[in-house]
Amino acid sequence: MTTPRDYESIPGTYVYDAARGRIGYVLNMFCMSLNKAENRKSFKDNEAAYLDRFELSPEQRRTVLERDWLGMLKVGGNIYYTIKIAFCDGLTFQDVAGMMSGVPKETYAKMMLAGGRSPDGNRYKDDSTSAEAAHG
Amino acid sequence: MAKIVAGIATSHVPAIGVAMDKGTTGTPYWAPLFKGYEPAREWLAKLAPDVAIIVYNDHACAFSLQIIPTFLIGVAERFPIADEGFGPRPVPMVMGHPALAWHLAESLILDEFDMTIANEMPVDHGLTVPLSVTCGQRSEWPFPVIPLCVNVVQYPPPTGARCFKLGRAIRRAVDNFDQDLRVVIYGTGGMSHQLQGERAGLINRQFDTAFLDGMTQDPLALTRITHTEYMREAGSEGIEMVMWHVMRGALDEQVAEVYRHYHIPASNTAAGLMILENRSGA
Repeated sequence: MTTPRDYESIPGTYVYDAARGRIGYVLNMFCMSLNKAENRKSFKDNEAAYLDRFELSPEQRRTVLERDWLGMLKVGGNIYYTIKIAFCDGLTFQDVAGMMSGVPKETYAKMMLAGGRSPDGNRYKDDSTSAEAAHG
Repeated sequence: MAKIVAGIATSHVPAIGVAMDKGTTGTPYWAPLFKGYEPAREWLAKLAPDVAIIVYNDHACAFSLQIIPTFLIGVAERFPIADEGFGPRPVPMVMGHPALAWHLAESLILDEFDMTIANEMPVDHGLTVPLSVTCGQRSEWPFPVIPLCVNVVQYPPPTGARCFKLGRAIRRAVDNFDQDLRVVIYGTGGMSHQLQGERAGLINRQFDTAFLDGMTQDPLALTRITHTEYMREAGSEGIEMVMWHVMRGALDEQVAEVYRHYHIPASNTAAGLMILENRSGA
């Protein structure tokens, strides 16, 4: 049985599949370590030194140090893991979601209160207009 | 004999737990959501089940990417509350039901569902938020709980159809347990939400409403929703809704919808709650 990857056509979405799992494992395991209070403290005290404990790629390391939340997803970060860095910073899921979608926190919060981001025009990378296409 | 008497579906948004833990449920932002939980709490208190099976996903707490069980059952006497990265939630320890849990593990495996068995594991908001939502703030939980974890963190999760069949097998196993227990089963997660990428914040009320309607009208049709359709229509994390099918599969073919609550937003998520009762009665 083949594995269809038709989800690649969804815009602005980074499915944590086998390909991302292969590049993201170490990055996500670093995030996992932040479940322990003593590790959170070590990370906060000296981020660069703490990251030396993990064999991150230079780009993975950069995205963590710069809190490039979207960049982390592109180098194999899994949101359920990378969010732990945000928790360390005292940020919430909504704060990070706003940053990933490139709008100010207030704008994002307002969008959610108004019912969230509509699927219309957001179903396909190459289609920004038709809601009907999704049902075709 | 043991018997599944009802099913509860609910979102397990972490921020809902935080609002309860911090006492902010009465704010204008949260009050409409929590008001809608009150009838569910009253219903559950009246039902007073002997044990609950809670189908949920772990969020990088009990399991990392080191080992990824697709289906797992917790057989421990007790389950501590996980530190998810900001300290454990201040909620009671979750007590297990090892006798029924081991019976389920054995029955499911012999019924061709290859469960992973956990003797020791912490539980995170995926399990504790549904308890908080339906039981309120307590010094101890009103019933023991059997955690049943489904992987939705590493693609692909099990299909909706497979989850539904697991529910059917759970039903057969519970029916064959030789103690008189009244069991409720929770399916948790969802509804539409996307936490990641430029598309974060996606909500699809139309999809969610159809999904809620389908739980009573045509649950088998819902099991044919593909992973890509969940992600495209209900957001990348909306795929958590496959876990509702485990709950639905464990119920009668005909069920009565007792209660429904749907609210946008709970943080990034469309929060849904639904109570289904077997027609054969409690």
